[in-house]
Formats: sequence, structure tokens, C-alpha cells
Amino acid sequence: MYSTKYVKPNSTTEALEAIKSLSEGKFLAGGMTLIPTLKQRLASPDGLVDISGCKLDSIADEGETLKIGAMARHISVAESAVVKMAIPALAKLADGIGDRQVRNRGTLGGSVANNDPSACYPSAVLALKATVHTSNRSLAADDFFTGMFETALEEDEIIESISFLKPTKANYVKFPNPASRYAMVGVFVAQFGDEVRVAVTGAGEGGVFRHQEMESALSSNFSADSLSSVNIVSDGLISDLHASAEYRANLIKEMTKRAVA
Amino acid sequence: MGEISLKLNGKVETRDVADNTLLVDFIREHVGLTGTHVGCDTSQCGACVIHLDGVSVKACTILAKQAEGADITTIEGLANGDELHPMQEAFHENHGLQCGFCTPGMVMSAVEMVTKNKDISEDEIREGLEGNICRCTGYHNIVQSVKAGAAKMGGKN
Repeated sequence: MYSTKYVKPNSTTEALEAIKSLSEGKFLAGGMTLIPTLKQRLASPDGLVDISGCKLDSIADEGETLKIGAMARHISVAESAVVKMAIPALAKLADGIGDRQVRNRGTLGGSVANNDPSACYPSAVLALKATVHTSNRSLAADDFFTGMFETALEEDEIIESISFLKPTKANYVKFPNPASRYAMVGVFVAQFGDEVRVAVTGAGEGGVFRHQEMESALSSNFSADSLSSVNIVSDGLISDLHASAEYRANLIKEMTKRAVA
Repeated sequence: MGEISLKLNGKVETRDVADNTLLVDFIREHVGLTGTHVGCDTSQCGACVIHLDGVSVKACTILAKQAEGADITTIEGLANGDELHPMQEAFHENHGLQCGFCTPGMVMSAVEMVTKNKDISEDEIREGLEGNICRCTGYHNIVQSVKAGAAKMGGKN
């Protein structure tokens, strides 16, 4: 790892000041992606601003929505009675991320800000019509993810919390890479009355995306059968050593069927 | 550089470290406790698992500075003098190792998962060991060891 400077402020205000004093500073949340990246010398920030002291880890049921702090660790979401009651699919998703040591450290905000194309959380944010509250604005999920590892976040902007809209019902099913447990394909399906949202992670070359055809098929008939006629095209899907684009296209339909079954 | 202070196996350790020092290097190189191993150094193998404020973490993926003020237990901190921790005893009795390199991490993961869930099932043990890789044993005896350790720690399965 290149040499760098570490600071741990006690509030988001202080964190923002700290990042401004650096030329290429990075916010450090759980560090489950950032620390390995630094160790491989794939990034060389002149400073790390650890936001774990900024009190951003609360989990609260706010009626229509479930609000989770950016620093809530995966284990906290997975084990939270509030999350399990409000959106059990979200607790299930968190419980399936990485391994237990990753879940003990990794955070919601870190995962969403990084927008890894194979991360689980972005699909929940997109399917559950979430609002991402940052240090200076609130962004709708549909406007937040802008591409692989890309989001609408500015360099000096911190995610403080995310409000998930409570669905009528929801489920998340993934086909994990057996080694890393990242999603080779993960599908989050959320039903809000007559409206259904389907978000797919692990598959898109541009990162997480909604699948409009499956959404309309499921909106008219919420069943695995209604998906049979939907054609999942492999254009724009990831092909790598783990799976071809065609294989991922098949997995998208299969995971969605399992999610609604 | 800067001073950090944390509790390691019950003893306060204070050292000057560079900001980019990994916690596992602090434990091994600065304090000299080499029971915590570095296997892959890429957050995958789990040989470096320790307990940080009661939860298992991979010490190769945390900066020492992030652990300022924390209460850390490593494999050296489990035994009570000459008396092994029940989980260590179980690994010994069930031969839950071959070369032994991954064992400190296995034991630390096992202790955490059983502390949280003493009536742990075999499936839950296998699931719980996802972050620990052993290249020798095929896991069979490790899983048996964790099961036996759980029984010694008060579990009913």
C-alpha cells in the first residue's frame, strides 16, 4: 500500500472539511473493497477519511419507508428485527453478502457508493424505489446509479442514509459466485400494489439495471409463468471467466422466477 | 505516523505506526504475536481472523489505525494459561487440521459463530466457515471440531 494519511472525524461536517483538505482523499466506510484496492496499489489517495465515527449507523422504521444509515454494517441489517419486520428481503440480502467477516465490517453506504456491478445492495436500492440521502441532497435511486462503479455522487459528498420504500412484497435471489459470493446474477423483485420493479445486479456491463419487460409481465400477472414469454437479450451483459453473457441472460430469468415463486 | 493504543488479549498495547499499517502487521510485527497468520493477504483465506470488539474480522483488511481503542482477541488470547479454550481442545481432539496454517483463523471464526449461536447446526457451521479456506483437510474434521467445540461450549447439537 502506498503511504497515506488517516483521519477519523466525529461528524459528517468534519469529514467534509477533512476531504476538502486533501487533493485526492477517499472516504473509508467498512473498507471491504477500498482496503484491498489500496493493498493492490490500484488507488493512491493522499488521505483516508474514516466515517465510522460519524454516527451514521441507525436503522429506523419511518412508516412508509425504512431508513438505514450508511454505516450500518451488513450484519446489523441482516440481524435487525426492524428490518426483518419491515422488509425481510433486505435482511436476507444482507445475510448473503460475502462471508461473515465481510458482513461484520462491510456497510450499506460503502456498497452503494462503490456500485460494484456484482454487489447485491444496488439492486435493492433500485427495486425498492429508495432515496439516497447525502450530505447535501436526496437522490432517487433511478438517478443515482450511472454506470459500472459510477454514481451521481460528487467526490466530496457522503451518503448519510438510504430510505427504502416498503413494498407489498419483495424477494432477492442470487446465483453467487461460489468463491467470492458476489452475485453472478442477483435479482431483486419488489411489488408495490399493481406496480412491480425488477432490478438485476451482477449482469449488466453498465452495472445494476431495471428490466422493464419483466416488470410489465409481473405487473399484469405476478407469477413465474408470466415470465416464460419474456425474452432476455444478452446484449450489454457481462461476459467473463465466470459466465458468458448468454448464460447470465438465462440466469436472470431463472433467478427472477425463483424470486416470485 | 501516529500513536495508537488498543487492548490486545487484555493488555493495552501502545505503538507508533504509519497510517497505512495493516492491523495484522501491527499484531505480528509491532507486538510480535505471530499466531495470527497471513495466508492470501487478499481478504479471502481467513488465516488472519481475529476478534475486534467481539466480532470476527480479517486483520489483513483493516488498518491498525481503524482499531484505535478497540478490544482485540487473537488466537493467543483464547487459552486460560495452560488450559485450552474448549474450541481449541475440540480441534485438537478431532484432528481439525493438517498443516495448521489456517487453524488460528478457523478457531477464531468458530468461537464467534458458536458464541452467537450455541446450538449451531452442521449447515450453519459450513456456512459460517465461508470466509476461511483450508487447502489440506477437505473441511470434514474442521466441521466436526466446531460441532464438538459447540457442545463443549454448552450447545445441544
